[in-house]
Amino acid sequence: MDIPRIPLGSWIEGGLTWLTSEYSVVTRGISRFTQTGINTLNDGLMWLPEWALLAIIALICWKLAGPRLAIGGAAGLALIWNLGLWNPMIETLTLVVIATLVAVIIALPVGIAAALSERLYRVIMPLLDFMQTMPAFVYLIPAIPFFGIGSVSAIFATVIFSMPPAIRFTTLGIRQVPVELIEAADAYGATRSQKLFKVQLPLSLPTVMAGINQTIMLALSMVVIAAMIGADGLGSEVWRAIQRLRPGDGFEAGIAVVILAMLLDRLTQSLRRSSK
Amino acid sequence: MDEQRPVKIKVRGLSKVFGKQPKRALELRDQGLKRPDILEKTGQTLGLSNISFDVYEGELLVIMGLSGSGKSTLIRCLNRLIDTTEGEIIIDGENIPTLGEKALLECRRRHFSMVFQNFALFPHRTVQQNAEFGLEIRGIDKTERQKIAHTALKQVGLEGWEDAYPNQLSGGMQQRVGLARALANDSSVLLMDEAFSALDPLIRKDMQQELLQLQTKMQKTTVFITHDLDEALNIGDRIVLLKDGEVVQIGTPEEILTQPANDYVRRFIEGVDRARILTAASAMRPLRTTARESDGPRTALHRMREHAIDSIYVTDRDRRLLGLLEADAANAAIQAGTEKITGHLTQDFRKVSPQEPLQNLFAMFSEKSFPIAVVDEEQRLLGVVVKGAVLDELARAGEQ
Repeated sequence: MDIPRIPLGSWIEGGLTWLTSEYSVVTRGISRFTQTGINTLNDGLMWLPEWALLAIIALICWKLAGPRLAIGGAAGLALIWNLGLWNPMIETLTLVVIATLVAVIIALPVGIAAALSERLYRVIMPLLDFMQTMPAFVYLIPAIPFFGIGSVSAIFATVIFSMPPAIRFTTLGIRQVPVELIEAADAYGATRSQKLFKVQLPLSLPTVMAGINQTIMLALSMVVIAAMIGADGLGSEVWRAIQRLRPGDGFEAGIAVVILAMLLDRLTQSLRRSSK
Repeated sequence: MDEQRPVKIKVRGLSKVFGKQPKRALELRDQGLKRPDILEKTGQTLGLSNISFDVYEGELLVIMGLSGSGKSTLIRCLNRLIDTTEGEIIIDGENIPTLGEKALLECRRRHFSMVFQNFALFPHRTVQQNAEFGLEIRGIDKTERQKIAHTALKQVGLEGWEDAYPNQLSGGMQQRVGLARALANDSSVLLMDEAFSALDPLIRKDMQQELLQLQTKMQKTTVFITHDLDEALNIGDRIVLLKDGEVVQIGTPEEILTQPANDYVRRFIEGVDRARILTAASAMRPLRTTARESDGPRTALHRMREHAIDSIYVTDRDRRLLGLLEADAANAAIQAGTEKITGHLTQDFRKVSPQEPLQNLFAMFSEKSFPIAVVDEEQRLLGVVVKGAVLDELARAGEQ
């Protein structure tokens, strides 16, 4: 028996090639736009002296989460500065911030739509499973023909990888609004949009924030992996350490990633608590 | 019943089938099949079947039934939170089941305010903002709606709680917010879905009383759902009794109690504490003697002695009650040399209307030993109720 192998891979490649050539104007536009965004944010953050940015971040932590996070955050950032990883850290932070922004801007309307339409919900959920379980590295490969080597590709792959929780949690948050509250809004003659903006969205805010928190964490992990396709930042420090077999350097950069992750996590968690 | 009363909502032949083949279920219903058979044959649940009744302008209509009787479905059909399968619901000439989307919103805003069993307050809004909700939805401007909501909160006794959040309030207070939200909206009909069922018994009684007081003031057309017959008898002007999605009986509390339509209703009312619906009129006795305002103290005292009583009610020529003369006061008047008794009367006694529930009278006796005076709206003295008569009447009700 000789069953021919299904050429799934070459179909996908064909599709991707077609997309790249057909939509190169679009992809180049996106690429230029995103690159400008990255550069602006990066230059802005680097223009500030290290101590000033550190103080600003500590102040934000204080305001949002109290003195403990402010002290811990300041100490962590000081360590990164001391290890000479300040600039890579800023580059990583920039990528995370921009990728998260793009992801959230796409995820919120999609999540809302999926919550309100049962049909869309059934289409979107398996798609999200696909996006989340596909090994993250795989997204890096088509990103290159689309956007070339570098940060824009990293953002593209990161957005796809990190968006699902924001969509999922938005949908979940809206669907979790108690039926009786929806009924109350209906009973008083609320239109769909009044119901959405006065009842469903405000009540799902804590859950949406939990989703955004997850998105940020996933974005951070993906941005580090994206060093493999030439994204700057802490990931590329790790990558270099691997190639030169220098575990000390690797761990230093790794610890910087951990500090950044904890700082972002605690900050968004406290945002979530205050939205409750 | 009184055919002349203006009808606010007219419900005719209303049915609701839950499932995808409502037509088939209704056909079987028309062939005389009952709910369980229809469910077995078609998988369709016959929620409501051929319901017809009127809600009169200004009345408090109670829809009463056990769980599964379809009462919650019915109230939700009225403002179409649930779509109906067949039948008419006509309010001010509009047939609700056939309204378009926009007209339906308009109809809900103008006609219906709803109070829910589990309060359904918005947890992210303050008490004030909750009370404003209906007005906000209708686009009333901010200062105006704040004023109206404030008045509504005052009406339900929540002044000073405007900035609290619902989770800071007790259950009873939360439902007051729910009530204020409905009152502020000033719609023409108030829908109350088991509004007091989640409250503990004492608070529930208070809320019922308050609702009745509000009702006498405002005369708002109200449809009140409950599974509790006591509650239904206590607050309802009329009661629609539902069983398995069908109307069993419609009538005033007295009619339901005294002329139950069938065995189901009879079994249902067996458990009712009859004292609740027996009134002062039933235990009232005619007066053996009274004094006139023109009588002197000696005459009054003489009458008391003659009937072996130590106080006497004094009326004017039209039998309007002026007060009570005690024997001691009459003696004092004689000693002071006054010819008139009007200056020696006391108002320190209880008077009630003939409709006063007997059980309320019972509590009054513990304070005073005077017979309770029963007067009509013009203050004319109709009779008195003595303690023994109340006990007697209660005992007889218990035997029945």
